[in-house]
Amino acid sequence: MQEHDMSWVRTEMTLAQTAPRSQVGPGAWIRRSLFSTPTDSVMTILAALVVAWALPQILNWLFFSAIWSGADRTACLTTEQGGQLPAGWSGACWPFVTSRFGQFMFGRYPLEERWRPILTGIIFVALIVPLMIPRAPFKRLNAILFFVVFPFIAFFLLVGGAFGLRFVETPLWGGLLVTLVISYVGIVTSLPIGILLALGRRSKMPAVKLLSVVFIETVRGVPLVVVLFMASFMLPLFVPPGVTFDKLLRALIGVALFSSAYMAEVIRGGLQAIPKGQYEGADSLGLGYWQKMGLIVMPQALTLVIPGIVNSFISLFKDTTLVLIISMFDLLGVVKQNISGDPTWATPQTAKTGYVFAAAVFWIFCFGMSRYSQYMERRLDTGHKR
Amino acid sequence: MKHIAISVLGAAAAIGLMASAASADTLSDVKAKGFVQCGVNTGLAGFSAPNDKGEWTGIDVDFCRAVAAAVFGDGTKVKFTGLSAKDRFTALQSGEIDILSRNTTWTINRDTALGLNFAGVTYYDGQGFMINSKKLPGVNSALQLSGAAICVQSGTTTELNLADYFKANKMEYNPVVFEKFEEANAAYDAGRCDAYTTDQSGLYAVRLQMSSPNDHVVLPEIISKEPLGPSVRQGDDKWLDIVKWTYFALLNAEEAGVTQANVDEMKNSDNPDIKRLLGSEAETKIGTDLGVSNDWVVNIVKATGNYGEIFERNVGQGSPLKIARGINALWTKGGLQYGMPIR
Repeated sequence: MQEHDMSWVRTEMTLAQTAPRSQVGPGAWIRRSLFSTPTDSVMTILAALVVAWALPQILNWLFFSAIWSGADRTACLTTEQGGQLPAGWSGACWPFVTSRFGQFMFGRYPLEERWRPILTGIIFVALIVPLMIPRAPFKRLNAILFFVVFPFIAFFLLVGGAFGLRFVETPLWGGLLVTLVISYVGIVTSLPIGILLALGRRSKMPAVKLLSVVFIETVRGVPLVVVLFMASFMLPLFVPPGVTFDKLLRALIGVALFSSAYMAEVIRGGLQAIPKGQYEGADSLGLGYWQKMGLIVMPQALTLVIPGIVNSFISLFKDTTLVLIISMFDLLGVVKQNISGDPTWATPQTAKTGYVFAAAVFWIFCFGMSRYSQYMERRLDTGHKR
Repeated sequence: MKHIAISVLGAAAAIGLMASAASADTLSDVKAKGFVQCGVNTGLAGFSAPNDKGEWTGIDVDFCRAVAAAVFGDGTKVKFTGLSAKDRFTALQSGEIDILSRNTTWTINRDTALGLNFAGVTYYDGQGFMINSKKLPGVNSALQLSGAAICVQSGTTTELNLADYFKANKMEYNPVVFEKFEEANAAYDAGRCDAYTTDQSGLYAVRLQMSSPNDHVVLPEIISKEPLGPSVRQGDDKWLDIVKWTYFALLNAEEAGVTQANVDEMKNSDNPDIKRLLGSEAETKIGTDLGVSNDWVVNIVKATGNYGEIFERNVGQGSPLKIARGINALWTKGGLQYGMPIR
C-alpha cells in the first residue's frame, strides 16, 4: 500500500523547541522592558543617569563615609568644625543613633525595667507570627491569645503596679514602644468597631443607622490633630480641677475612635460590592441576621477590601507621629527631641542621620504590612485574576 | 483571684485617672505625693533635654531638682513632664504640674491674665544676631547690618522684634522667612542670608550645627528682653515663696562661694552670712519659717550646685554651648543676677 509509505502522519510528537534566543534571557527582557520604543530608551537612559549620579552619593553618605563609633559630637566633626575628619567631609553620624538607641526604642522607660517592653515584644512576635502563617495550627486559640489575653499581659508588663512590678507611668514611655502601643490598640479596636459601624450604617433600624452615620461623619469631619488637641487641652479644663486623665489613654481613645470611623467606611465599601443574591441566598437558607453577616457576607466583604483595610492600618501607623503635638514622644518625636535638645551631639550631620534612621524604621514596618497584605490577597485570590 | 481583680482595678485606676493636686496648698500636696511634678521643654539645648541614659538635663531641669532638694532634702524626688509651647499653661492651670520651668518669658500678660506667678529669672535671654565672619568681615555690631538678608522663623515674636529694631534704627533689611527652625538653619548655613536671628541662647545651639562653627559670630546687641524663669499658679503664696527662695538661695550660694564640693566644710565657716545661709546658726528658724528644713540650702547645693555651677555645667564652659555669663553673671560681677538676702 503506497499510502503507508507516505509519512504525512506523525508517529511521534515534536519536541518542544526552546524559545528563540531573541525572546528569552536577560538581554531580551532588557530590550522588551527598557528599550522597546525610542521614548522608552530615552527614559531608561535618563533614569540610569539619575541613579548613577545619586546612588553612589547616597551609599557613600550612608555607609562608606559614615562614622560608626564615637563618644560625642567631636567624632562627627571636620577639622574646621573642631574635630578630626578632613574638611568637606559629609556622612552619617551613626554613633548618635547607637548611643540613643535605647531611647529611640523605649523613650525614658527606666533602664532597669526595660526587660518588660522587650518581653512584651517577644510575646507579641511569638503570637503574631503563627497567626500570620496560614499553615500554623491552633488558629482559634492563637487568635484568642493575641486579641484577648495579650492586651492584659502587655498592660501589666508595661504599666506594672501589680505582681511586684514597679509602676511605670506613661509619661516615661516613648519611642517605638509608644508607636507600637498606639498602632496596636488602634488596629485591634478599629476593626471590630468599624464592622459594627458599617453594619449600623446599612441597618434598617433608624436609630442605629442615625447614630452610626452621625458618629462616622463627625469623626471623619475633623482632623486627627484636632481630636488630639481637644483631648489634650480642652478636656483638662472641663473636668473638675485635680483630675487628669492619663495622656496616653487620651491619645489611645482618640486614635481608636478616629480609625474606627475610617475603617467603617472601608468595610461598607466591601459590603456594597456583595451582590444582592448573596443576601437573598442566606435569607432563603433561613439564616438569622448575625449568621447571615458572619457566615456569608462579612467573609466575602472583608477579603474584598483587604487593600483598603491595610491601607488604613498603614496610615494609622504613620499618624501615630501626630501625638508629638500633645507632648507624647513616639519614635519620630524622640528622634526630634534628641536632635533639637541635645548639645552633646549637635553637628551638621546629626539631624539627617536621626531622620534617616526614623524613616528606615517606619519603612520596615509599613513595607512589611504591605507585603503581607499582598500575600493574603494572592492566597485568597480576591483580585479575580484571569 | 480576688487579689488579681483588685490589682487589675487598681492599675486601671492608676493609669486612667491620675488625681493630682490643684488645691491652694501645693506644698502639702507635693509632700503628700512625695515628689515635685515639673513641666519642662520637650527639647531645648542647655535648658532641658534627655541625655544618653534618658535622664533630663539642663538649667530648667536643675532648677526643679533644686526645689525638690529644698522640700525633700533629695534632688531626685522630682518628675518631669515634657511640654510644648502650646500646652504648658494648661498643664500648670489644671494642676498637672507644680512648677512650670520651661524657658518661659516673664510678661505682664502671663503674670496677670494667665494667672501665673513668676518666681524669678533663671536666665536673661534676648534676641540677637549671628553672622558669618568670613562672609561679612569687619562687622561687629548689629547696627552695621543695614541692607542685610536675615534668616528668621515665621510666626514668632522674633519676626516682629526684628522689624521693630530695623525700623527704629532707620535701616533697611531683607527678611528671609522660614516656617521651620531646621529650614532656617540649613538656609543660613548654605549662605542664603547674611545674618540669622533668634534668641541668643538658641544662636549658640544653632552655631554647633553649622558646617564651620568657628566662622560664626554672635553679635553683642540684644534687641528684645526675654527674661526666662520658673512660674507657679497664682494664689498659693507659700509655694511661690519656696520656689522664689530656692532661686535666691542658688544665687546667694554662688555669691558666698558655697559649691557642691565645699558645702560640707562651709557649714563650719565663721562668716555669719554663710552660717545663716546654710542654717548652721544656733536656733535658726529661716528654713522652718519657709516650710522646709533648716538645712535646705545645704540640700539644694548638694543636689545641683550653686547657680554658677548649674549655668556652667549646662550652657557655659562645661557644655558644648559655651555661652558666656554676660548679663547672667552675679551683680557683683557686673551682671543682673541679684539674690535677695537670706536673713
